[in-house]
Amino acid sequence: MQPLNPYLPDVATITEIIDETPAIKTFRVVLGEKRMKEFSFKPGQVGQLSVFGTGESTFVINSPPSRMDYLQFSVMRAGEVTSKLHSMSPGDQIGVRAPLGNWFPYEDLKGKNIVFVGGGIGMAPLRTLLLYMLDNRGDYGDISLLYGARTPQDMAFQYELPDWLGRDDLKTQLTVDVESEGWEHSVGLIPNVLLEMEPSPENTVAVTCGPPIMIKFTIQALHKLGFQDNQIITTLEKRMKCGVGICGRCNIGTKYVCKDGPVFTYEELKQLPNEL
Amino acid sequence: MMEAKFIPGDKVPAWLAELAKERRTAVPRREGGAVVFRPFDPDQPVPLGRQATTPPKGSVFPQCEPLMVFRYEKDPASPDTSQVRVKETIDETPRLVVGGRPCDARGFATFDRVYDAEDVKDLNYLARREHTAFITMACPRPSSTCFCHWVGSGPADTECSDVLMTPVEGGYVLEPVTETGGELLQSSLLEDAGKRLDEAHAVHKRAAEGLGEAPDLSETPGKLLELFDDMGFWEEVSAKCISCGACTYLCPTCYCFNITDEACGAEGARLRTWDNCMSYQFTMEASGHNPRPTKAHRLKNRVGHKFSYYPTIHGGAIACCGCGRCIKHCPVSVDIREIVLKATAAESAEQE
Repeated sequence: MQPLNPYLPDVATITEIIDETPAIKTFRVVLGEKRMKEFSFKPGQVGQLSVFGTGESTFVINSPPSRMDYLQFSVMRAGEVTSKLHSMSPGDQIGVRAPLGNWFPYEDLKGKNIVFVGGGIGMAPLRTLLLYMLDNRGDYGDISLLYGARTPQDMAFQYELPDWLGRDDLKTQLTVDVESEGWEHSVGLIPNVLLEMEPSPENTVAVTCGPPIMIKFTIQALHKLGFQDNQIITTLEKRMKCGVGICGRCNIGTKYVCKDGPVFTYEELKQLPNEL
Repeated sequence: MMEAKFIPGDKVPAWLAELAKERRTAVPRREGGAVVFRPFDPDQPVPLGRQATTPPKGSVFPQCEPLMVFRYEKDPASPDTSQVRVKETIDETPRLVVGGRPCDARGFATFDRVYDAEDVKDLNYLARREHTAFITMACPRPSSTCFCHWVGSGPADTECSDVLMTPVEGGYVLEPVTETGGELLQSSLLEDAGKRLDEAHAVHKRAAEGLGEAPDLSETPGKLLELFDDMGFWEEVSAKCISCGACTYLCPTCYCFNITDEACGAEGARLRTWDNCMSYQFTMEASGHNPRPTKAHRLKNRVGHKFSYYPTIHGGAIACCGCGRCIKHCPVSVDIREIVLKATAAESAEQE
């Protein structure tokens, strides 16, 4: 078989753009008909999105593999590529190199209780796994979600929150950092709310993603609740270019976040050199 | 059995002219005070007597190359929309590099393990690599900066070379290493090497003896990791570094790169360019966070990559060919050998 060119993107068409927050837009894209049919990925894998003429950036595929009508990426405006993406419209074409990297161990998690802890745009990778688990609900135990943002306006996926809050098979807790008019849910930092929720570590795995400072204190809270290092899973962010472990900027010692990650257990992270 | 040949010194230009007809041929050329690799020109002298200032890395891994080209095309049926066409840019031009040193050629072994890995094939690199032949000049005398023997190589190493060329009285002995090398030695300008082959092997032996003893680096990967959080150590060894990156650009084994787009009108290219891990921007994230914020962090990664992380991943192979250019041309005399030895010894001292 002719080996694939790892740098050659698929040309994809934007079918829908959802304004999530003032800084985040979600893009739904489809690949060519044949490629879309053969495309497969696992929850947690990432892709390089490119605007031809501007460049590439890495984002998680945040639609679940159990829903393959489109691939979804949520993009926070932060630099050149993301600004250009934010200026695009449905019908425009972009490049997609995916799937890249490893994935959440969704097979190993079967039969376990799951606690999702997401902060801000860190909810995007968790959403993939959450939706996948909800689509395969019988395979998993109790599932709970703690999702926090600075303000209600900074909360992405708001159109899905009523469904998540209303489900019997999902325990959802939302929180914002400060009191806000009309906000009926928790107020407080994620680690504090997590301690109040007091999830049992018994046969449970916590999956967390968010800003580094949030992850740090969330892990401390999980430890207080009795979670062991191998019961905590997170995803890492790094500046990535090639996406296939060659170009050399996302390594932490011998591991390349683009290829060996972005998903790591806290136990694995502790074995890596301290270079986050 | 392919036989060794001899070429008198005065016939080398004519032989190179023959070879350059079949392959795009790069040879050393004096430019200013430097010796660099340039396309063969029959009117220019070819200085083969010293290690070139820059390695011939760019013949296989150009400083800038397109990974693909793209073009926006208007849809005639719907002029408001455009389709993007993407095309690969694989370059299979037959090439030849003459006059690199064994360290220069062996640098590509470091690349091969990464660019020709089981799970990832870098097709742009592989096409150039497969179509590039090397006639390598064995080193008759090691420089004070040479340390190829530290990293498992030597002045007459043939790894990644097609022909080994050795200076002897009156000319050069040419030993074919590969089948391609044998094909490069078909010229009627060449004579049988005869007893000159023994003379060439004596040159190899003298050069190897001139390098002296190599230190034992088998414990170095682990020791560098043990020193990872000792920022005092890294700040001390990087104190004079100015983060200029000359070491990376001159290194035959440094393979890091950047990917950027360039466009003009409706057309453009996605380019791969050499990048430099000594630069602050190399790991700077969009959020503003930088995991390697100081030169100490960056030099730690450079030394760690070459002498710890890479050997750990690739069965002990060190990602350094010992050419010594990073030492010879460092504007502030940072010496990677000193850092490696100091790291290795620092741990030994603690254990005692």
